[in-house]
Amino acid sequence: MATAKDRIKVLVGMATCGQAAGGVKVYPEVERQLKELGIEADLNAVGCIGCCSLEPLMDIVMPGRTRVTYKQVDAEKVGKILQKHIKEGEIDKKSVLAQMHTNGKDENPYEGVPFFDEIPFFAKQRKIVLKRCGYIDPKSFDDYIAMDGYKAVTKVLKEMTQQQVIDEVTKSGLRGRGGAGFPTGMKWSFASKSPGPQKYFICNADEGDPGAFMDRSVLEGDPHAVLEGMIIGGYAIGANTGYIYCRAEYPLAIEQLLVAIDDANKHGYLGKNILGSGFDYQLIIKEGAGAFVCGEETALMASIEGFRGMPRSRPPFPAIKGLFGKPTNINNVETLANIGHIILMGGAKYAEIGTEKTKGTKVFAVTGKIKNPGLIEVPAGIQLREVLIDICGGSDRKNVQIKATQLGGPSGGCIPFEHAETAIDYESLIQAGAIMGSGGVVVMDEMNCMVDVARYFLNFTAEESCGKCTPCRVGTKVMLDILERICRGEGEMEDIQKLEDLGNDIKAASLCALGQTAPNPVLSTIRYYRHEYEQHIKDKFCAATVCVPLLKFEVREDVCTKCGLCKKPCPTDALVWEKKQTARINHATCTKCRACIEACPFRAIK
Amino acid sequence: MCANKATTLENEIDLGKTEKILEKYQTIKGALIPILQKVQDEYGYVPEEAAYLVADRLGIYPSQIFGVLTFYTQFHLKPRGKYIMKVCCGTACHVKGAPGILDRLQATLNVQAGETTADNIFTVERVNCIGACSLAPIIVVNKDAHAKVVSDDVANIVNDLKAREA
Ligand SMILES: Cc1cc2nc3c(=O)[nH]c(=O)nc-3n(C[C@H](O)[C@H](O)[C@H](O)COP(=O)(O)O)c2cc1C
Ligand code: FES
Repeated sequence: MATAKDRIKVLVGMATCGQAAGGVKVYPEVERQLKELGIEADLNAVGCIGCCSLEPLMDIVMPGRTRVTYKQVDAEKVGKILQKHIKEGEIDKKSVLAQMHTNGKDENPYEGVPFFDEIPFFAKQRKIVLKRCGYIDPKSFDDYIAMDGYKAVTKVLKEMTQQQVIDEVTKSGLRGRGGAGFPTGMKWSFASKSPGPQKYFICNADEGDPGAFMDRSVLEGDPHAVLEGMIIGGYAIGANTGYIYCRAEYPLAIEQLLVAIDDANKHGYLGKNILGSGFDYQLIIKEGAGAFVCGEETALMASIEGFRGMPRSRPPFPAIKGLFGKPTNINNVETLANIGHIILMGGAKYAEIGTEKTKGTKVFAVTGKIKNPGLIEVPAGIQLREVLIDICGGSDRKNVQIKATQLGGPSGGCIPFEHAETAIDYESLIQAGAIMGSGGVVVMDEMNCMVDVARYFLNFTAEESCGKCTPCRVGTKVMLDILERICRGEGEMEDIQKLEDLGNDIKAASLCALGQTAPNPVLSTIRYYRHEYEQHIKDKFCAATVCVPLLKFEVREDVCTKCGLCKKPCPTDALVWEKKQTARINHATCTKCRACIEACPFRAIK
Repeated sequence: MCANKATTLENEIDLGKTEKILEKYQTIKGALIPILQKVQDEYGYVPEEAAYLVADRLGIYPSQIFGVLTFYTQFHLKPRGKYIMKVCCGTACHVKGAPGILDRLQATLNVQAGETTADNIFTVERVNCIGACSLAPIIVVNKDAHAKVVSDDVANIVNDLKAREA
């Protein structure tokens, strides 16, 4: 019988991003074409390798050859690529992205096709957490096992005491990836010392920061890695039940988790007396119901218990009194996905990566106005500039410069591009006025208004405030009102001071970190972009052409190149343009939708 | 064209479906939210009668149930359209032009976010990130995501769906 190694393999990227980009159409087309071409091959759906903007991705592996990835594959290209690659042994050079190393041994590469580590997007990355994402079939238990899967659990349960596990994690220097950066080993140690026969271990998969999707990618692409982290953590603190609280907006992640938990149970890595160690452990998935504040640990626990997800004051900390009143440990998805690797490579080795205070790698979701958006994993301490320019290729528009990056979402802040030499570690980012947060990096260019961005975040936090404490409930609303006024051109100069004072009060007086950090996006934009606030207030001018009440909807004749790109998007034909003529806007029918402004590559409309 | 569809909408709520869900989950610790989620899956929203039945069976006050239902944005107390048009308003989508997309969709369907068209076909909603931020801006129609949407695409998406209904 032919072994898996002798078979042809075709793999299609079917994570949420891959599906949205068109993977849902590519997959059945591959299936159809393989049949039509009479090719016998294994077809699998895989997760995301990070360069989501090049999706849909399709990989082909011929027996004994390297694995080759094709980019931006659509239903029309499928047949041609398969025919050429499989039948004729040739690479479709136009569609090929790169080939993967096959662990060094007699690799038989294709000539003229770059290896992944030769492409700028991947060259500076260091993949630990994302190592298996997009490589293995997340639904295949065998795939996971073939890449060191459950080796760490086996080692822990057969060779290590609970204290040894905690010591190893402590030695690694791993800090929580959910936002606060608390040392994971120390957290486990508190929970393990807390007395009581019943303890819980929670995985926080709520991923509330809009613009961050690393947890989704890990859950969809490598779900067993998260389970492995939870089993090891549960053993270390003495829990017998684990909960995964996953955001409802991630149906595919939940589906992959259900399959993984089922498989882990079948193979004896969950359930009673795991690997004969006497350790019993079960995992339960809880689906969130759409509330940002439920990412906060005490609110999350209230939500699992079936209540409104409102935070409570700490202490008592979850390690003493958590879920259902019992000692509980809670960690983020990415934190947990690191654990298995730390156990296998050793804490000391892991600690060699990164900086003095931020160890290991960090995954970032780089999005917004950037040429190559996606998910990247880099050693901590790398400069922001390396991420933005070297890895992600800089601005996505030729004539528009990057202005700033926003890190840490609604709790974070903006770093101007002039400060792009900032090192990405917990401490340097705080000094620069942002935070590491969960790793969302939203890139903004000259066509993004910083006052509008501040307004956007305050609108978010004001909507998501649970309402329990007054500073957050009322304070964010008052700040939002002021920001909306400024964006309408009705601001006053005192407003800036008012925003700063209010912001500082809300930070000092709120019950949970949602309120304590909500003013950050405003304070950081005032710190670096005070002039934009002043322009809105004094000159009634929005240089980024975002705040509609401040725009004139006029064409700058000196800038217009008469190209006509602005004409088609106009829904009311208010934009008048003839060949070789400067465009003009008819104010009687213009609905001020900004479609022309977005379409103009030269920023000729103000 | 859609007249029969509108009239076949259940006016009578079949509470038997809620009973079945309760049978299965009633005894599990902290089951309230999963029960309400299953109820919503079944009816497309959480009918008031079903909420009262759940309160009765779990032995908790209806006020606690409605407290939960109104706290979480996922729950809906009114029937929604056949096509749920979710415009992502997450940060990445916002900086890539989601506000313009939402405006255009609202204008095209003549409803505001959170509302359903009179023929019960379309509901417009805002959502905070579905995790496909690299392909921003995003619109999700029921389960199908449309990536890198420009405002021009909005009319096409809507017209395609309308053609399916015709
Ligand atoms: C408003 C708010 C939202 C949060 N959202 C998340 C989240 O979506 N995911 C997450 O892992 N942590 C989130 N956190 C942090 C958690 O409270 C907690 O610190 C974290 O899950 C601990 O895991 P870690 O130590 O592994 O980082 C949030 C905190 C606050 C205050
Ligand atoms: S911000 Fe829209 S998908 Fe993430």
